[in-house]
Formats: sequence, structure tokens, C-alpha cells
Amino acid sequence: MPPVSGTTPLVSHAMSDRRKLVEVRDLKMYFPINSGILRRHTGDVKAVDGVSFDIYEGETLGIVGESGCGKSTCGRAVLRLYDITAGTIKIDGVEIGTKSQHALRKMRPTMQMVFQDPQACLNPRMTVAGIIGEPLDEHTKMSKAEKLDRIYELMDAVGLNRSFANRYPHAFSGGQRQRIGIARALALNPKFIICDEPIAALDVSIQAQVVNLLEELQDRLGLTYMFISHDLSMVRHIADRVAVMYLGKIVELAPRDVLYNAPLHPYTEALLSAVPDPDPAIEARVQRIILKGDVPSPSNPPKGCNFCTRCPKVMDICREIDPEFRELEPGRFVACHLHNTAGSTGAPRNEHNQQGEDA
Amino acid sequence: MTDAAKPLSPDEAFRPPRNQWWDVWDQFKTHRGALAGLAVFVLIIAFVVLGPLIWQVDPGQINIRERNQGSSWTYPLGTDQLGRDLLARLMYGGRVSVAVGLVAMLLGLVIGTLIGVLAGYFKLLDSPLMRVTDLFLALPLLPLLLILVTLFRDVLAKTFGESIGVFLLICFAIAITSWMQTARIVRGDVLALKEREYVLAARSIGTPSSRINTRHILPNVLSPIMVSATLGIASAIITESALSFLGLGFPPDFPTWGRILYDGRDWIEQYPARVVWPGVMISLTVLSVNYIGDGLRDALDPRIRGR
Repeated sequence: MPPVSGTTPLVSHAMSDRRKLVEVRDLKMYFPINSGILRRHTGDVKAVDGVSFDIYEGETLGIVGESGCGKSTCGRAVLRLYDITAGTIKIDGVEIGTKSQHALRKMRPTMQMVFQDPQACLNPRMTVAGIIGEPLDEHTKMSKAEKLDRIYELMDAVGLNRSFANRYPHAFSGGQRQRIGIARALALNPKFIICDEPIAALDVSIQAQVVNLLEELQDRLGLTYMFISHDLSMVRHIADRVAVMYLGKIVELAPRDVLYNAPLHPYTEALLSAVPDPDPAIEARVQRIILKGDVPSPSNPPKGCNFCTRCPKVMDICREIDPEFRELEPGRFVACHLHNTAGSTGAPRNEHNQQGEDA
Repeated sequence: MTDAAKPLSPDEAFRPPRNQWWDVWDQFKTHRGALAGLAVFVLIIAFVVLGPLIWQVDPGQINIRERNQGSSWTYPLGTDQLGRDLLARLMYGGRVSVAVGLVAMLLGLVIGTLIGVLAGYFKLLDSPLMRVTDLFLALPLLPLLLILVTLFRDVLAKTFGESIGVFLLICFAIAITSWMQTARIVRGDVLALKEREYVLAARSIGTPSSRINTRHILPNVLSPIMVSATLGIASAIITESALSFLGLGFPPDFPTWGRILYDGRDWIEQYPARVVWPGVMISLTVLSVNYIGDGLRDALDPRIRGR
């Protein structure tokens, strides 16, 4: 992993001047459970359950959390690859939460996605040129020669040899495939790219290459990323702000350095304490917070705080009332009763209160 | 995994993408069985299309004194119980049989693929379409064909003329009773494919459903479609002969391979050649189409291509 400079100034102070590119409010994505002979609707898997965040133009928002906490679903819901259950999503000032897929088509060039599995996200029966050219076919009226020029330009941009244009995805290594995926996402000059664990399926040396490529492209093209990952050190490297998710909710959202240096939420603390350190001397002294038990089922989350079943600092109130997602200091959000006492309004909002009851 | 280290010739390095069908043809050429199948199939087509131009004998001419002849220079494959020339009958019969086989197979394939894709891709259509498929599977074939023929034969014969009308009717009847297997296979594959990430990626690009299907899903269900296509030709030829045998298809004096086979059946002990020749023709057609399908399936899969 490349070294992380600790001297970067906090992003938060400049935040208010910058333009919000993505505004997500109270996003919910429930997958219905149908059971019984009549396939009646008997419950929901609450994959994303009331998530709110903003992404400013040109920044990278990292989303971290353990497997199954709803990171990927959140990313896909923001791009409206699913029909969301509730909430609003504003991208570049346009509300897309309730638009039909047909109406969304015109918006698609603004927002693109890089997928987790570089093998599965490329059609094995299309050539590289076909894959990278698909967005151009769909949204532009370029001639064949113009299209080919653009494809070559994109291949150069992501560091693929032009002679690979006629080959099929199976002939490439994981890192190269991911580059093809990135080139496809870049084809329409998007403003906002969701990177859904783009490095999870790659080995470490390739991870660095891909992440550096993403950073370089961000600098050059002024891209805004939502970087979903479970690799905390990689997120520390690339993200400006970090959101920590647990069981479908964001538990903490803060600028990167603040979050890594002084986490507020007990879950963030536990997560960060699990990051291995390359220095054996430090590694031996690390006090890990070991969480007991398993993540509760998202179809039946616990009453009160979602984390109350495993929280080392659990209090009585946690089992009763779901903590509100509050801005503690400018740019620093946390959903925890530990930080809810002083100067808070006390009573959490009703909508959060109901989630434990209707399950 | 990669050939990045392999030095590229300057031509190759800046070769613009060529039509993918050239790659398919290159791979197809390496499949010996497929090439042999293609050669045999071309020969059969030439036999039935060009044959009658060279061997100008009327297949319907009855010559009762020359009946049940063996091979000779006048009758290379002998004559049947009415003294009609078997070679000429095979040529004319082949036209109808091959045409019925191809058209009925294509028609059945189109119906089956369409229903399969619609049922697999659109959740709302899934159970209605699959119940329709079950319904057709449960229908007794022969009574259905009987009704079809009695209802539509005269109408079609009036509109298109006797032989074309019957031809269309038979193709339609065979297609309508043989698309169900294809539909089921395709639906199952589409169900699995539509959850793949590249379909999601296409949706994130903004590709509409119709083009997701034609660009991403259909090419990937090609293998099972190809298999049912090659099997479909065989069963179409056989079904046609069964229909003709029952008097539902072409008139009895109209030669088709199936008809000739059935006519020769009564004489199989005295004159086995009369059964063997049409049987060989049917088998060769089916076999060659099978091999072509096999080669085509391999050639269309880029993962196999180039091995």
C-alpha cells in the first residue's frame, strides 16, 4: 500500500463552498420476502434502511463495512439499478429516485459504475472494442471511425494496448479486465462513478495499479467517486470522506483522517482495530476489539440500535431507541447514543423509532 | 493469461476491429467434423436442387411393366412397386423434406426462443407463458394436427395454391408442436443470465431491455438453441413423413423422403434398397446438420475459439 500522508488538511472546512453532486436522503431498499403457498408478502430484507449522505463534486466518498451490510446494494440503488423502496436521490441537481427507467436513460451518461467482479461484468461474447463501445452505441451517433478513435483513446487512458481491441475478455488478466470495465465507465465522460469494490477480486500488486489509475483519472477528468470497499487501508488511501455502514445503515460519516484517528462509533472503533499493521512491533501491541456474535438478519433487525446486539459499550437505551444520525460537528455524523447526551434534543425522530416494531 | 509479451507484427498491432463473423469462420474451418458435415449438406442440397436438372426423369411417371426393378443403367436405384424411378423420386422428395425440415425448425426455433426469452426476462410474463408451454406439451399431437389440417387446408390451398398451401400448413403444424422444449431450455438459461453482472452493467449504461436481450442474453444462450435446432431438423423431417403417412400432409403420389420410406416399408424383405436409400438420405441430412451445428456452436464461443 502506498504511504498515506497525514498532513492533508481536513476537507470539512471547505465543504460548504463546494457543490453537492449527489444528495441521498433517507434511501431505503427493501427486498420483499414472499413465502407460503400463495407467495404472500411476509417481510422485507432491509438491505439499505434509511441512508443519507452527500457527495461533493470532485471528492471521493468511501463506503466501508463488513460483508452483507448493504454497501453494494446502496451503490446500485443510488444509480437506480433497482427500484428503490423510499427516499430521494438527487444527482447533479436532478431528482432520480422516482424516475422511470426510460426517463433515466438520458441521465445514464452522467453516472456510471465499475463493478466488483471484472470477470462477470464483461460479456464473454463481445470483443473489448464492442464492450467499450457499447455506451457510445447507446448514447451517441458517432460514425464507425469516430467510435473507433474514441475507443482507442479510452484504451490509452486506462493503459490498455490498442491491439487488444479485437480480443475477448477471457484472454485478459483480472487487472486488465478491470481496466476494460473502467474504460467502459469512462466512455461517456461521466461526472460520477460508483466503484463497487473494484479491487476486491484483484491481487495486491494489481490493486495498487487500479487504485492509482482511478486516482489519476480523477485528477485528470475531475471525477467524483463513491468508492465501496471493505479494504479499510485502501479506502484510507483513496477517500476524502468515509461512511461506515452496518446492517443497512450508516453509523458514522466523517472526513477520512478524523474518522481513522478518532472514531466515534463503537463499530468504527472495532472495524479499525481489525486492520493489520505491517510493522510486527506495532502489530504485537495492538489491542483488538473482538465483536461477539453474528450480524443480525437484515430481515429482522433488533429493536433500538442495529448494533446493540454486539456493541461492547451497549446501554439500556440502545435496546429501546434507535439512535438518530446526527451531525456532531460540521461534517461529522454519527448514529450512537454515546454521543447523543450532551446538548442533544433527546427524542429521536419517529420514522427511526418504528423500524424495530414493524419487523 | 495474456499474450501481452508476444511481439506483435505492425499489421496486427493496428488492425482495426474486423467483423466478428470472420473469427467465427476461421474457427469453424478448424472443426473437421463440421467441415465434413457442411460438405455433405451442400452435396445433399445440390442433389435435390440440381439433380433433377441433370436426371430428367418424371418422378410420378408410372410404368407398371418395369416395377420392382433392381439397379440398372436405366434405373440407377431401381423402381418401386408402380415402376416409378427411385432416384428421381429421391431428388424431388428431398426438396420437400429438406425444405420442410429447415423451415419448420426455424419457425419452431423462433417461436421457442421468443417465448423463452420473454418468459425468462420479464417476470410478469413468466408464469402465463410457461403454463401455455405446459398446455402445448400436454396436448395430444395427432388430434391437434388433424384439426389444424381439416380447418386450414382448403383455405391455405385456395390462397397459395395446393402444394405451397400444404407446405406452409405442415411447417406451421410441425413448428407449433415442437417449440416447447426450446422455450423451456431458453427460459432457464435466460433466468440465470439476466442476473449476471454484465447485464447489470448494460443496464447501468442505459441499454434498453430489447437490446440487452439481443446483445447480451441471446448470444449467450446460443449453445442450447443450436443444439435444439439441429435436433429439430431431424424430428421435423420425421414428423412430416408421419403426417404424410396418415394422409394429413402431401397427397400420396407426392414424393417426400418420409413418404418413400413408408411406401417401401411393406416391401422391406424383398427390396430392402427401397427403404435403405430414403433412410440414408434422412440420416445423412440429420447427421450433417448436427455436425454443422456442433462446429458452429464451438465457433461462436470465443472462449473455445482459438484452441
